[in-house]
Amino acid sequence: MHLRRVNPFKEILRPLGQLLIFIAGSAVVISAITLLLAVLLRPTRIDIDILQTTLVLLPQVLIDGITLGFMYAIIAMGYTMVYGVLEFINFAHGEFVMFGAFAGVELLIWLNAQGMLKTAELGLALVWITLAVLLGMVVAGSLAVTTERLAYRPLRGAPRLVPLIAAIGVSFLLQDTMRFLQSAINGDFYRTFPEFGPFAQRLTLFTVDMNGRPIDVAIQYKAIMLIAFGVVMLVALNYLVNATRLGKAIRSVAQDQKTAALMGIDVNRIIALTFLIGGALGGAAGVLWAFRFTRVDPYMGFIPGLKAFTAAVLGGIGSIVGAMLGGMVLGLLESFSAAYFSIFSRGAFGAEYKDIFAFGILILVLIFRPQGLLGGKTTQKA
Amino acid sequence: MRMRTVSLALLLILAMVVSACAPAPEPSAPAPAATEAPAADAAATEPPAEEPAAGEAAPAASGTVIKVATQSPLSGPQSVLGTAIKNGAQLALEQNSAKLQEMGFTVELAPFDDQATPDTGVANAKQIVGDPAVLCLVGHLNSGVAIPSSEEYHNAQLAMVSPANTNPLITTRGYPEVNRIVGRDDVQGVVGAEFANTEMGVKSVYILHDKTAYGQGIAEFFRQKAEELGMNVLGFEGTEEQANFDSVLTPILAANPDLVYFGGIYSQGGLILKQMREKGITAQFLGPDGLDSSEMANLAGDYVKDMYFTTTAGPLSLFPKAKQFIADYEARFGEQVQPYAAEGFDAMNICLNGIAAAVEANGGALPSRAQVAAAVRATADYDGITGMKTFNEIGDLTVAQYFVKQVKSSDPAEWGAAEVVKVLDIPAPASN
Repeated sequence: MHLRRVNPFKEILRPLGQLLIFIAGSAVVISAITLLLAVLLRPTRIDIDILQTTLVLLPQVLIDGITLGFMYAIIAMGYTMVYGVLEFINFAHGEFVMFGAFAGVELLIWLNAQGMLKTAELGLALVWITLAVLLGMVVAGSLAVTTERLAYRPLRGAPRLVPLIAAIGVSFLLQDTMRFLQSAINGDFYRTFPEFGPFAQRLTLFTVDMNGRPIDVAIQYKAIMLIAFGVVMLVALNYLVNATRLGKAIRSVAQDQKTAALMGIDVNRIIALTFLIGGALGGAAGVLWAFRFTRVDPYMGFIPGLKAFTAAVLGGIGSIVGAMLGGMVLGLLESFSAAYFSIFSRGAFGAEYKDIFAFGILILVLIFRPQGLLGGKTTQKA
Repeated sequence: MRMRTVSLALLLILAMVVSACAPAPEPSAPAPAATEAPAADAAATEPPAEEPAAGEAAPAASGTVIKVATQSPLSGPQSVLGTAIKNGAQLALEQNSAKLQEMGFTVELAPFDDQATPDTGVANAKQIVGDPAVLCLVGHLNSGVAIPSSEEYHNAQLAMVSPANTNPLITTRGYPEVNRIVGRDDVQGVVGAEFANTEMGVKSVYILHDKTAYGQGIAEFFRQKAEELGMNVLGFEGTEEQANFDSVLTPILAANPDLVYFGGIYSQGGLILKQMREKGITAQFLGPDGLDSSEMANLAGDYVKDMYFTTTAGPLSLFPKAKQFIADYEARFGEQVQPYAAEGFDAMNICLNGIAAAVEANGGALPSRAQVAAAVRATADYDGITGMKTFNEIGDLTVAQYFVKQVKSSDPAEWGAAEVVKVLDIPAPASN
């Protein structure tokens, strides 16, 4: 940590640039590999033109992958920041995501019951959804702080595996708490994100003719919004960590807790704040996840949590920039392998195998770069 | 040190992924499990089965308790249908147990929650057959749960009347205890394919299923018939995803079929329909009776308009006797009648009639389970809410009705108003 003057403007532009490079870079690399495969495999299929199919699907697959990547990246922030300060993997983070999602969805369901959503135009609908995201952040953030205070802080001096196991226990506890609450109140623990606003509309980019039938290549308003939310949150977090006094304190605790304490930093407060920030981001991601995929249930946080953790490891755990890159790469990999696996393998491998593929890449990366893509010397610890 | 934590965590992840890959709807082919079950459990379940027979010697003391069990998902995403089955059965029991009461028996309902998972269903089944007072079972919403669970009933000679299971394997095993009052998937898939071919004018189809005995079974029968009819089957894919269907939907965008057929339940079906429309897939949408729930409209919103589904559960409006049932049901439970409530009601009545007939045949004493099972199987021309029911030699209806319905409104409250576009009376396929 060195004391340098920060240029706030630069601190906003830098992460924006990084994000753009990550998205464009991983998208171009993965697309290129896919197209190369398509060209190579073209002669193996006479019933359809693989290259044409690949090209037609490409924009949709990219959009799906990028929105998914943003969600993984935002959730991964929670893992990577906590790991940065405590060197502890908080396996209950997926459950913070789930609690945030429920908070946001319950708010929207309530608003819907008051009849306030049905009439919402674009502007108002945006306000409601922002409110839901904010509520999700508040709920998940406070839950994260409470969990840290009650479950993790008493174990801070214990051997490493102890808090890890505690986190897994907390994760199950939170899942079943939500299941119990929802079952008691609603009789059922699945909730549905209400349909409102013009978000389901699509912006047609261009139309391709395929086998005599036109296919619209389009981007959903929903996807644009998800990307916008993702950009705002990631840039805000980067600004917070790199350009504010608070961020400086977080970074110093990450480097050396004892020395930071000697410098007059309240370490407990900073750790709680790290949980608050990570949890809040997770809660926001939960609401966005519900927005994208409609349904929430008490177990929804588990798989995205695992994937986001994977993304954090892929990018280099402890590194904020790494988590952004890891999330993006994992989202795109998943989206591409899901869409093209069955086409390239003549249906022998269904979309079901996408996770094997994504996790296989992770293992390969870790064999050759155990510190993750951006880990190690270049680590910019949170 | 840090790397060690990370690799430990990775190991943990692997373990968790492996365990998470088998979520609630267990797809694993139930057949092998089913064949193992009798050998392993025959000895264990035999003694309780004898107990009612032993009790015969004593004259039926007034108030001897007879229980009729129900098994259906009462929690989880399919609980809307499962609770309807339980409520329908409960209503029948409350209305029609007088005859047995006169004979000196107290009839009780024993509802069980199978959570739509085979494991839970089988565990419950063991508990049910272990209770000698249970003489009949109304059960199962899901074929994947009913098939392994019915092995337990078969071992204990406990009569089962299914209000909803359409997988052929339910009855084709030829168990004398297992009956159903609905049609069969092999016919429902065929009805769907024929409807798609003749009425919808479909030339190409992309088939999705949920990898359960029910969904995949029905989808395979659909595929067979579709290929027979000369339709172009562009894809056949299963998915266990619960929320994110991008992976199965994107290939459909490229395949560009006339029709997407989904063999499965509304909890996935609603999201598939919604996400596929959001992706710009304009193909028509058709599915089996698993999609028949107002939750479909909740999940998919406006997109449900004009979608079709085939079903073995006729809309109550088609049945003259249903009015009274609807009124009673709403008065009793204070909620809208959901699909399969009337079937639950009929199944329970068949159980009660069977028990009463067995008691009579047994000279007023408590009958054994085998006697009840035989009496239930002998059910003929039972005039239920959902039509006349006669069981054939394997427990199928001699003639079952199949319906094709089209959704007219995206309002969940209007779900019942889905229009019947075709009704077919089809005799049970020859047993094999």
